[in-house]
Amino acid sequence: MRKAELGLQFVFFLCALISIVTTIGIVVILFKETIMFFKDVSLWDFLTDSEWTPLFTNKHFGIQPLVAGTFVTSAIALLFAIPMGLLIAVYLSEYASDRTRRILKPILEILAGIPTVVYGYFALLFVTPWLQKFIPDLAGFNALSPGLVLGVMILPLISSLSEDAIYSVPSSLKEAGYALGATKLRVCFNVVVLAAMPGIIAACILAMSRAIGETMLVAIAAGQMPNLTLNPLEGMETITAYIVQVSLGDTPTGTLEYRTIFAVGTVLFLATLFLNTISYQIRKRFIQY
Amino acid sequence: MTTSTLAKPLTFTGRNMFARRLSVFIFGFLVAVSLFIGFGTLLVLVWSVLSEGLTRIDWQFLTSYPSRKPEQAGILSALVGSIYLIGLTMIIAVPVGIGAAIYLEEYAAKNRLTNLLEINIANLAGTPSIIYGLLGLELFVRGMMLERSLIAGAMTMALLILPVIIIAARESIRRVPGIIREASYALGATKWQTIRDNVLPIAFPGILTGVILGISRAIGETAPLITLGALTYVAFLPDNLKSPFTALPIQIFNWVSRPQKGFHVNAAAGIVVLLVGTLLLNALALYLRDYLQKKSSSRML
Repeated sequence: MRKAELGLQFVFFLCALISIVTTIGIVVILFKETIMFFKDVSLWDFLTDSEWTPLFTNKHFGIQPLVAGTFVTSAIALLFAIPMGLLIAVYLSEYASDRTRRILKPILEILAGIPTVVYGYFALLFVTPWLQKFIPDLAGFNALSPGLVLGVMILPLISSLSEDAIYSVPSSLKEAGYALGATKLRVCFNVVVLAAMPGIIAACILAMSRAIGETMLVAIAAGQMPNLTLNPLEGMETITAYIVQVSLGDTPTGTLEYRTIFAVGTVLFLATLFLNTISYQIRKRFIQY
Repeated sequence: MTTSTLAKPLTFTGRNMFARRLSVFIFGFLVAVSLFIGFGTLLVLVWSVLSEGLTRIDWQFLTSYPSRKPEQAGILSALVGSIYLIGLTMIIAVPVGIGAAIYLEEYAAKNRLTNLLEINIANLAGTPSIIYGLLGLELFVRGMMLERSLIAGAMTMALLILPVIIIAARESIRRVPGIIREASYALGATKWQTIRDNVLPIAFPGILTGVILGISRAIGETAPLITLGALTYVAFLPDNLKSPFTALPIQIFNWVSRPQKGFHVNAAAGIVVLLVGTLLLNALALYLRDYLQKKSSSRML
């Protein structure tokens, strides 16, 4: 009996260990292929060359165009989603009645549950043609439309995590604000939001990590042409979209072209790992309430 | 001079009141705009997909294989592929996820290994899905020589949704009051008997919510399957674990990427089927969570 119990405990331990094995697997595989990649391409070229054309005969391996595509789409999404998410969070936690909150929150969360390929369809075939009515210069593939749709997609993530942070600010702080004669709006923004700031920042960083890792939406609507520009009206290729592009083709395994997806994948993984870790540490250390 | 600075905040001039009302009005207006954009997008998205694709859904669409001609194409292989894939993914991910959650909540000591496991799971939950695709490609497709098979897809997908299930199951197990465990020990039950007969039954609805959210995530995931090399044109049904396969979101992606309007209609119709699946599951999960919150606040402690 005792032995069986210990055996079970060991089985459960193995289950938990799978998560560590997964991480080790990701790191080993990405680094192995990336090291092979850098045997043929110098790190200097990778970082400084301004062209990314591994699939052409005249090969260039500069990651800048892909980073630019990832940066522009994510920046649009965050600039759009952070103010809206924060406003919704303040409203839901400080102003909305219990009933209103119980209705609004699940509807907002539906936005996070929609598959990203659906957002891709929506951005390419609905939002882009609609935007073209106002911006005639907008290309069929562009960074603006998927950026905005991506913003709507990460809105629930920002609003619900920020709301949790705002909700946990102790009421004694608010009461102190009221006692000084501040209005409700003043208390919300000058006391509550400031006190909840670490949680809000952690939420925004997590949203940033989600945005740069988003794949299908940008692969469908931003196009698959590497383009070193900050102009959101042009088509761009993100890191993730490039991986999709290569995966759809018949690139033989073990070639340099095949290794490029692991090299850019490593850049993506390190970026999200960095952001996730900062977000986690902020939540662990600075959140006092 | 001192009197004036002291007195200022306490005077209520007309201009001051106006500024206050204006700022409240602006705040309300901006909140309304934000909510409108969020909900408006949802409505417009659903409407645009329905108006484009709803009329395309018929028996022929559900029971045909992909085709060069949009009006003859259907989602049979994609639908069946998705169902097999999700079934297999769950068979792998659910026991492992619940096992990991039981270990972390009930057995693990508070030490550095446990701390590392926690950070690691939080980080895996935030790792982009396409990275899992690269892992699956090297580990399952190439390393284990499973080729572009159903089982390789299911194992990749299982690793992807494992953090979702673990996090939900842990929270649910943590909410089970300590008194229940102590009562069970007092009656002479062993640790496993306590977990099996008392903790898991109480935690079950919460675990189920996590599992449903995991399924809903897995149904819509496209990127890792494309990286694995799931096929976009499959005119047969998978008949064993090592069969090549396609899945609903991949078929939709394939149709969206084509220039012809007829395929866009097919994509919209496929999206309607996909959305019905994911939204129903999400609604079920949200309902369960709401139901649980009400139940636990009225009964527990």
